[in-house]
Amino acid sequence: MRNPGAPGAATGAPGRTRPLNTYAGWQYILILLVVLVSAVYALPNLFPPDHAVQLSPASPDAALDPRVLERAKAVLAAEKIEYFGEAVKGRAAILRVPNATAQLKAQRALAQALRSADGTDSYVVALNMAPSTPAWLAAIGGQPMKYGLDLSGGVHFLLEVDMKTAMQSLLSSQSVQMRQVMRENRVRYSSRPMGTDRVEFAFPDDGMRAKARGLLAKQFVDFNIQDVAGVDGPMLRLTLREQAIKERQTYAVEQNLQSLRNRVNELGVSEPLVQRLGADRIAVDLPGLQDSAYAKQILGKIANLEFRLVAGAEVPASDTEVYDYNGVQQPLLRSNIVTGNNVTDARPSQDPQTNEPEVSISLDGDGGRHMYEATKDNIGRPMAILYIERQTRTVTRTVGGKQVEEQQRFDVKRLISVATIQAALGSSFRITGLSIGEARELSLLLRSGALAAPMYIVEERTVGASLGEENVRQGVTAGVIGTLLVAACMILNYRLLGLLSVLALMANIMMLLALMSMVGVTLTLPGIAAIALTIGMAVDANVLIFCRIREELEERSPTLAIHAGFDRAFITITDSNLTTFIIAAILFLIGSGPIKGFAVVLSIGLATSVFTAVLVTRALVNLVYGGRNVTKVSV
Amino acid sequence: MAMFKRSIDFMGIRNYAFGFSGFLIIACLALVAVRGLNFGLDFSGGTVVELSFERPVAADDIRSRLDACGFHGAVVQTLGNETDVLVRMPPQDAAAKLEVEKGPCQLSAASAEVAAAVNDPAADNLGHTVAERLRSSVSQPFTVKRNEFVGPAVGEELREQGGLALLAALGLVLVYVLVRYNIKLAIGSIVALIHDPVVTLGAFALFQWEFDLSVLAAILALIGYSINDSIVVADRIRENFRNIRRGTPAEVVNISINQTLDRTVMTSFTTLLTMLALLFFGGSVVQGFAMAMVIGIIVGTYSSIYVSATFALILGMKREDLLEVQKEVFDDGRP
Repeated sequence: MRNPGAPGAATGAPGRTRPLNTYAGWQYILILLVVLVSAVYALPNLFPPDHAVQLSPASPDAALDPRVLERAKAVLAAEKIEYFGEAVKGRAAILRVPNATAQLKAQRALAQALRSADGTDSYVVALNMAPSTPAWLAAIGGQPMKYGLDLSGGVHFLLEVDMKTAMQSLLSSQSVQMRQVMRENRVRYSSRPMGTDRVEFAFPDDGMRAKARGLLAKQFVDFNIQDVAGVDGPMLRLTLREQAIKERQTYAVEQNLQSLRNRVNELGVSEPLVQRLGADRIAVDLPGLQDSAYAKQILGKIANLEFRLVAGAEVPASDTEVYDYNGVQQPLLRSNIVTGNNVTDARPSQDPQTNEPEVSISLDGDGGRHMYEATKDNIGRPMAILYIERQTRTVTRTVGGKQVEEQQRFDVKRLISVATIQAALGSSFRITGLSIGEARELSLLLRSGALAAPMYIVEERTVGASLGEENVRQGVTAGVIGTLLVAACMILNYRLLGLLSVLALMANIMMLLALMSMVGVTLTLPGIAAIALTIGMAVDANVLIFCRIREELEERSPTLAIHAGFDRAFITITDSNLTTFIIAAILFLIGSGPIKGFAVVLSIGLATSVFTAVLVTRALVNLVYGGRNVTKVSV
Repeated sequence: MAMFKRSIDFMGIRNYAFGFSGFLIIACLALVAVRGLNFGLDFSGGTVVELSFERPVAADDIRSRLDACGFHGAVVQTLGNETDVLVRMPPQDAAAKLEVEKGPCQLSAASAEVAAAVNDPAADNLGHTVAERLRSSVSQPFTVKRNEFVGPAVGEELREQGGLALLAALGLVLVYVLVRYNIKLAIGSIVALIHDPVVTLGAFALFQWEFDLSVLAAILALIGYSINDSIVVADRIRENFRNIRRGTPAEVVNISINQTLDRTVMTSFTTLLTMLALLFFGGSVVQGFAMAMVIGIIVGTYSSIYVSATFALILGMKREDLLEVQKEVFDDGRP
């Protein structure tokens, strides 16, 4: 079989112009260029990011007060925390500190010092990793590798969205609507108990059933409708379509995802990772954070809604609470009609007739019932929606003679909507009279006040920052020692050619690091293990070639032996690396997080190994032995 | 200086070697079935807390203190330098939680406030609770280095996925080898392929080393690594069957193995060096991975020499088998 890797490999073919074991000039230059570019892009890893604290105003509109930076520096000096490299970037001020311990200390000290008198935080003090890549390197896109949690320290949560509950609430609210539709059209039916995935109704006769079927089929397109023979007479069974179920699941996860993202920003982690994992899971990574209890508090449900009637003049003041809405005081009845738990959906939409913006709200079964009861006798009265936000503040108390810091939770309530009831409302109704912006904002608030489905924590990991640093140190040490051992082995065994292969190995490692940095692969401890494995296996290709050359030297001249060695080994190299690549692909598909990282590094390593072993080693060998009369090969 | 021609009669003792391998596989399978693997957190679910003390502590002492607090079923081991302990706890039920709350290990005032504030019962942090309650019982201070919780459902899923991945890897490689070589050699390679992970798993079952996700990754990597060896030998066998006109199949295989011996030993050795470096210097987290790789490489080298070709010979591999295949891809006589 022809060896496609070696240029000019056709022995004895007429018209070949170059002697054996040489590359054309441009080929050498190309290989050199690739190696140099790799070196440049691997360079940023020598400049790891600095631990830093980032100060930014808590409310998104406020600008950064320049005096804050001075105050912060004074605080750090008082606490004897070293800092360096202060900078102001946009709305944030950054102070660099020497290590993770100092970083945590600084964050705590600054958060306490910058707290306002009533305990709320007007500044967010975040843990940050500030890049320290030299400007010229950063300009061409150079960046160091990102560290995974096991190397940077931090908190990791895996949250599972309770789909069953989400489905149940959807079914129940839809079934309430179905009953309403049938009632309005004077279809007589009797409800059957609701199943976990279906709604069933019984009818007095076939005619009524057919009528119901026609009605429901038109309005409830998400359902498959079946005629079923039941004990009590003809029945209809409605099950959600696959498509509708998937859509609902996606919606639940996406909405929870959005809520989580908003809340995570409060935590004081500057590079949080919130992403969907599979059909119903969400992974949250918070590098640098050490206190998982605090994180869980914030991530838990913190906003709610209350729907209340506005009190008329006849209601005594003791039964009302007064809130301000757009400058007007509104007395609200103390009791709730429904709360955020009953809200299943809220979307901005347009009135089909007037094209005016409005918000469509859907409630679940219970909610619809309560809403109906409350509104049917109160047409013409205004109804208010109260948005309750749970916030935390830190207060210092003296307990038993010691200063103790604790998180206090308190609710902030505000009115987000006051609208007049136009008709008896059920489980789906609209709020009109809004501008487009108001409609959008209201539906956003309604949705964030109501988690689409409850979430449970199914996995939680906290890695201490010092452990992270230790892991990095140990991983790098092991890698370096391993490389040195392999290099010694190769040189001792294969002498000059061995030395050339070691040079190729160095190029290999540089290329691997460069690719990982450029692509943005997150480095984890398994990733370091993969690098070690790659180093060990990378020399395999060269070993194959050199063994072959040794054998060929017994029968052929050195020049031909070198040529034959490279040629014949190529197929075997391809075979063996291909099978390892299959394994890496499987690992990538089934693995998650660190194992995926392992697979990616292994795959990149395979590619760079083949490249350097075949091309770089050959180029070096050609430079030493090519194009001249060789009498002896040192191998 | 070329390596002098070695001529070790590997195939001479092949029947003994084969018997030994067979025994090894059965023994290891039995070990895994009977003794079971020491599943790490990823697969078993539960809680792991790593505590770092200032002075050395005894695992037994910590365990009895935990028992006294009401945390039963804890597995405690000291790591490396005896000042660090690893505590593994299975999930607690309601009765156990009650016992702990009423028990002698009370939370400090600050911890109690925080515990009250986090009122999400589904997510109570067992690791954190264990650590905080232990503080009242242990005289010297300690820090929590890491704290991990994996829900049982996730652990079970991972076990299933892991098993599937193993089968998928074996299956894909089988197909690949079938396509590239003849069936007898392919079957031989697959037997060698199964041989390596099974023996490694057996070692883990025997010594009860922790089997976590990175160990599984190591075993999968081993499969890829082991097949490399087998392919190199298979390549050489095929080439020699073509070039060497005389000799029984066993003699041809012997020559092939001798010729590839340098390469086999060298590659195994270099990979072994990096893995040994990882084992001794890489820290506790990658230790499982490194150990699995070291065992796998040693066993793998042995299996490449003896198991794959031997099995093919037993199946009656002859020159004609390989030449037939060769004719289909015959080009210019060079592989």
